[in-house]
Amino acid sequence: MKYTLSVLVENHPGVLSKVSGLFSRRAFNIDSLAVGITEDPDISRITIVADGDEYVIEQLEKQLNKVIPVIKVRTYKEGEYISRELSLIKVSCPSKQRLDIMKISELMGARIVDVSVNTMTLQFADTLEAFETLIDLLKPYGIREIVRTGTVAIEKDSAVSRK
Amino acid sequence: MISGAEIMVKCLQEEGVRVVFGYPGAVICPFFDELYRTDIKAVLVRQEQNAAHSASGYARALSCVGVCVATSGPGALNLITGIATAYMDSIPLVCITGQVKSDVLGRDVFQEADITGACESFVKHSYLVKNTADLPRVFKEAFHIASTGRPGPVLIDVPVDIQQGVVEEFVYPDKVNIIGYKPSVHGHPMQVKKAIEMIKDSKRPIICAGGGVLTSGAKPKLREFSQITKIPVISTMMGIGVMPSDDPLYVGMIGSHGVKAANTAMHNADLIILCGARVGDRAVASPDQVVERANVIHIDIDPAEIGKNMKTTVPIVGDMKNVLGQMLKEIDYTAPEEWAEQIKKWKEQFAAVPQSFEGYVEPKSFIAKLSTMLKPKAVMAADVGQNQIWCANNYRIRDGRFLTSGGMGTMGYSVPAAVGAKLARPSRDVVAVCGDGAFQMSMNELATIAQENLNIKIIVMRNTVLGMVHELQDVHYGSRYAITELDTIPDFVALAKAYGIDSALASSNEEAEEYAKIMLKSDKPFVLVCNIHPKTSSR
Repeated sequence: MKYTLSVLVENHPGVLSKVSGLFSRRAFNIDSLAVGITEDPDISRITIVADGDEYVIEQLEKQLNKVIPVIKVRTYKEGEYISRELSLIKVSCPSKQRLDIMKISELMGARIVDVSVNTMTLQFADTLEAFETLIDLLKPYGIREIVRTGTVAIEKDSAVSRK
Repeated sequence: MISGAEIMVKCLQEEGVRVVFGYPGAVICPFFDELYRTDIKAVLVRQEQNAAHSASGYARALSCVGVCVATSGPGALNLITGIATAYMDSIPLVCITGQVKSDVLGRDVFQEADITGACESFVKHSYLVKNTADLPRVFKEAFHIASTGRPGPVLIDVPVDIQQGVVEEFVYPDKVNIIGYKPSVHGHPMQVKKAIEMIKDSKRPIICAGGGVLTSGAKPKLREFSQITKIPVISTMMGIGVMPSDDPLYVGMIGSHGVKAANTAMHNADLIILCGARVGDRAVASPDQVVERANVIHIDIDPAEIGKNMKTTVPIVGDMKNVLGQMLKEIDYTAPEEWAEQIKKWKEQFAAVPQSFEGYVEPKSFIAKLSTMLKPKAVMAADVGQNQIWCANNYRIRDGRFLTSGGMGTMGYSVPAAVGAKLARPSRDVVAVCGDGAFQMSMNELATIAQENLNIKIIVMRNTVLGMVHELQDVHYGSRYAITELDTIPDFVALAKAYGIDSALASSNEEAEEYAKIMLKSDKPFVLVCNIHPKTSSR
């Protein structure tokens, strides 16, 4: 099962390697890891999507909590959070197919950020599922390159207040 | 104006450090030069790994933070095994390393090694100091982190220009404020209550005590708890010493090399109270089987240890001493007498009878005998291998300490650990027991012992093989002794004498005991070499 963990850390050099090193040395599998500064410049947030059973995730949380510059660890439950991933997708695109790809792009809510004679580059920020749909639609045209940021997630206030 | 090096020394003084173990080098010179002018003792070890082991022995004997210091590159790298050994056994250390100038970091200059990177997975925390002004905070935090919560080694890497840099004044912070580090020390009252209920409902309860009991200083509380409730105690290797070996309530060490009575008791209990024990694989080989039959109360300061290796019925996160104190206030329970009777029977039934060989010392009975010759508060440092098991199961501990490398199993630990212990506790008997393999890994420390004139007694179990693996080869590898035969063994007696240290060779228990008497009467170091038959088993 996939889990999304949100880890607040002190914004010091070396913290990211302390956190990421933990995964490899304790043999935890991660799908993605994204890091960035929060509203407080002294604090960064690392969002991790990891694969594992309950035991693995519990251990992961506990081991993360042991890292001194880690301030807080939260594992988000289904429906509690909004998650997005930014991706840049370069598609083969001779001029006669330009319109097709523009339509797909419009349909899926992607932005065209670069066009060349033979390619088109799309910027897409959405959920993992939407990303997979987009890729399925673009595949027949020939995908040249994909760059992804990894998932970031934020707690949903609406869900919390409804509870 | 004050230099970084002077600040480092002042920080050590603020922390009450009296002894550091180390080895010099170019980029740690500013620090040692400042240290030289103070009354902090700097002990020159003969290899950096032993500086960490000595600091560990010192820390364990005195229940304080041990300090070791090395230079950059190879000096720091040699520390690693010692640091990792301390990490596995939760020993509080502050390890200081010199580093190349900060403006050439990362350029692979002479004696540069990324020591904070290399040590990441076996330090509790580490610092690479980039500003002289940060030193007081870094040292304050390092000592705090090393000694609180679950203790462990903290590394401070200080580039030479940071040691040479100057700041206006030295102010040592009163407090530490690390937002992500606030270990809980008191057990949650609800959990304590649940635990007490569970104990009340148990018929065959057992306390399994680990190193955490000793680290937390909870030994008297644990003894009291066991006395009041009549709950028998088994221990892990790291927990040896929580109870006097001869206490009727103490069963023995558990594990693949433990005593059968202790393992049988654990497997027949209906409640296991794990106290500061992490249920390592050598202690409990099949935790899943154990929990099928028993409830488990797990008390530990490190929440990550609870549920890691053994499923827990009632987890209690907190300092052992506090939690036992909380439980003592409320407990009203006495274990059924039949359970005690049963355990007593197992102890008698499974008592091992050592096999002796003519013309050799029988180590198990000698260790047992030696225990009676030492003062009650003696410190016994056992190395790794067969000698460790002989000591663990036969040394009759009273109120002293048993030091060994339990988690990492680092050969060569005992001699440098004894050096540290003796400097920490000069008035106590300090004995190191090692095999002829381990002794050859750290016998260079005889020079340190001679230089400091430390009254340490070293017992070398000379069986001419790397016994533990040799024994394994007999069982699993058709007695093919692949590189376990120590064909060229130096004359240890002559070697000790070359360092100016008294020594003798014993080939029977009578001889060994005679020499032990002489050895213990003298106020000088002594190396007692015992000829052991290579087929003497660890059990």
